[in-house]
Amino acid sequence: MSLADVPMLFILAGLIAYVALAGPDFGAAIWQLTAGRDEDGERLRDLAHDAMAPVWEANHVWLIFVLTVMWTSYPEAFGSIASTLCIALFLAGLGIVVRGAAYALRSGAKGLREQTRIDTLSAGSSILTPFALGAAIGGVASGRVPVGNAAGDLWSSWINPTSLITGAIAVATAAYLAAVFLSGDAVRLGQPELAERFRRRALGSGVLAGALAAAGLVVLHEDARRIYDGLVSGDGRPALIASVLAGVATLALVVVRRYEPARYSAALAVAAIVIGWALAQQPILLPGLTIHQAAAPHTTLVAVVIAVTAGGLIVFPSLALLFRLTLGGTLRGGHGDEGTAVAPAGPPPARALVDVATQGLLVRGALACLVVGFGFLSVLDAGWAHAIGVAALLGFIVLGFVAVLPRDLLGDA
Amino acid sequence: MIGQAVLAALAPGEQQHLLDARQMQALSFSVHIPLVCFGTAFPAMILFAEWLSHRTGDAELRRLARRWSRVMVALFAVGVITGTILSFEMGLLWPAFTATFGSVFGLGFAIEGFSFFLEAIFIGIYVYGWDRLSPRLHMLSAVPIILTGFTGSFMVIAVNAWMNHPSGFHLVGGQVIDVHPWRALFDNPYFWHEIAHMYLAGYIVTGFVLAAIYGFGWLRGRRGRYERAALAIPLTIAALAAPVQILVGDWAARDVAEYQPTKLAALEGLGRTEKGAPVHIAGWYDAGRGEVRYGIPIPHALSFLAFHRFNAQVQGLDAVAPADRPPVNVTRFAFQTMVGIGTLLALLGVFYLVVRVRFKRLPETVWFYRALVLAGPLSLVALIAGWVTTEVGRQPWVVYGSMRTAQAVTGAGPIPYGYATLVIVYLAVAGGVVWILRRLARAELAA
Repeated sequence: MSLADVPMLFILAGLIAYVALAGPDFGAAIWQLTAGRDEDGERLRDLAHDAMAPVWEANHVWLIFVLTVMWTSYPEAFGSIASTLCIALFLAGLGIVVRGAAYALRSGAKGLREQTRIDTLSAGSSILTPFALGAAIGGVASGRVPVGNAAGDLWSSWINPTSLITGAIAVATAAYLAAVFLSGDAVRLGQPELAERFRRRALGSGVLAGALAAAGLVVLHEDARRIYDGLVSGDGRPALIASVLAGVATLALVVVRRYEPARYSAALAVAAIVIGWALAQQPILLPGLTIHQAAAPHTTLVAVVIAVTAGGLIVFPSLALLFRLTLGGTLRGGHGDEGTAVAPAGPPPARALVDVATQGLLVRGALACLVVGFGFLSVLDAGWAHAIGVAALLGFIVLGFVAVLPRDLLGDA
Repeated sequence: MIGQAVLAALAPGEQQHLLDARQMQALSFSVHIPLVCFGTAFPAMILFAEWLSHRTGDAELRRLARRWSRVMVALFAVGVITGTILSFEMGLLWPAFTATFGSVFGLGFAIEGFSFFLEAIFIGIYVYGWDRLSPRLHMLSAVPIILTGFTGSFMVIAVNAWMNHPSGFHLVGGQVIDVHPWRALFDNPYFWHEIAHMYLAGYIVTGFVLAAIYGFGWLRGRRGRYERAALAIPLTIAALAAPVQILVGDWAARDVAEYQPTKLAALEGLGRTEKGAPVHIAGWYDAGRGEVRYGIPIPHALSFLAFHRFNAQVQGLDAVAPADRPPVNVTRFAFQTMVGIGTLLALLGVFYLVVRVRFKRLPETVWFYRALVLAGPLSLVALIAGWVTTEVGRQPWVVYGSMRTAQAVTGAGPIPYGYATLVIVYLAVAGGVVWILRRLARAELAA
């Protein structure tokens, strides 16, 4: 373990977060499609949408995090992977576009027909994206991505036994995670009959995901022997065992309707499988290229560690706040303009923000800022002068805004 | 397999679809940048409307802030996906660029990722927190959105400024050594005018697009208190920012003259290095003669604008080999479009400011509102023209003086298919966005 490995840990953490958080979003869209067209189906679809809405954007940023850390820390590997797997990654990107657009559109959809159409679109893309990303990972895991600019086969790098089974596992996992999460959400929202429907889906998709994972081991044995050995008898074995245990525990928890702990054990099972893959594959990233060889220069790695640590210190408390508000139900139930809306308190007496006397001063102040800004930015050439000039021009905009905005909007009679 | 047969014909190596790759990238940017403008400027306007509603007890302002916040989250979601496509394309289209220089510039995007994160988190809290958080907390949750809108642009512009004026590394045999990512990104004299120019552009575009929408309503007779507020807030900001943008643009041009003389020569169609160089308005650059034809010349203007001396020497295109010159007419046409529209927007803004200060009312002539309706789309055209100016003006380099765009491109064949697919998908997304915005505009909202 050295500095060269640290960004890879960030990448894996980001990947786990993406699978565990954005995965259920794709999965929820799949369940929306299979919900049926009756009123029950509509309630199920609405729940699946509302539960995801406040956290949707944040969940999807994890993928961007993974990509940026990857190309900063392991640039050569990133270029090789992206160019050889360009078709799979492009398909994943398209799926994300369609899923995101459908999410944005749904908030304006009225009536069953419009919603069903949008849900169909988003379900299709929600199968495509996890599959394509899983297939891309399968291509890397089975050693089909050589170093170089599009040096590998553009098709067989992601259409091969390992990729197909990995893609299928990714789709099943997304659906499974979504069903487990939504069971818990339905209970929280006091809709036990909806929770029952998601429970059945969770059990079915959980068994399917488990079966696919078992089949995956057989495929790896034939197609990616190094990963198989790493998982079954090498460094990855503890993770594989942990994943199996967590998977079984989740099913048991769902059976006894303990959805909240199931949420976490399901995420744990997924995390363990990602870690298992990483342990089985390391120290080799691509054929002939170890993680250490692929790593960026020392200065860059230090910078990445500093940036991610500092960023994490800000982002994690924020994320915690978002999830606390979401899971606690504060942000649930649409945009807050339905029946739940609290009437605003009676209006306070209108208070003039700027009286007429100060308005004249504001206009003069703004003009003075403009003149100063022009002098320092446009006439003088020194860097420090430009800084003063820009600040003065900002002052012009701010003072001018208060001076020029119509009085009545500012509470002036 | 058919796919394999096609690929065999397009064997990696020389990429014959370089232009397709560049256009695909340009399309992706053109779709994303207007959304970025809304991401940076819209939250501040919404927060202001909400704050004012609390201060004055005006329910109409609250209704406005609320409706705008729904528009904001829809646009932000589209911005997330178009931004994801851009980060994919860094590898899909330009793998050799990221593979060679990722360790130098990549850090900027990694930090931008965190900005994006915070923006997404607090947009979720703000938009879904109406009536569920206390007014104070609710308004507080908008502050990080405004700040991260700035820091996000800051990081992306830092990378772009580095591409235009690279430093912080040495290139030896196609490998970077002696890499200093912090210095490369944040100790760059080319950066400051770019960030000021872009951030102002965000407010100008958002302001004029919103003003165009409510100006259209004004012409149709929708002139209530709600509509007045919806018109005045964005319009006032844009009207103030547009004249300032001219000063910042002038500063940008002086920096370009200093650091990228070839780009300046392309912007102005200056074939030969000369003293007392003129500016030509309109016209066409004739590469054979090395001069602008049919343009209106303003003698000595270029020397004065670029170096503040009427007889300063300005470097022409002939200073570099023909292979190192950008496509002159594309760059120049984009530049003149941006400057022309920017000037008109500034004039429109000044007219509004004068009427407000002198007569203490909103303009009443219908021509002002007709001009506003045009100003919205024109501001978008100027935005994209500005981006074309700086990006095409940097060609043939992706990293100025260090790596050519042709060296950066992928060796994978099927670029035209990807490009065509993206065009179709983005057209559909654009249609969807128009549909949702119309739907949200008509939706009944509680105060």
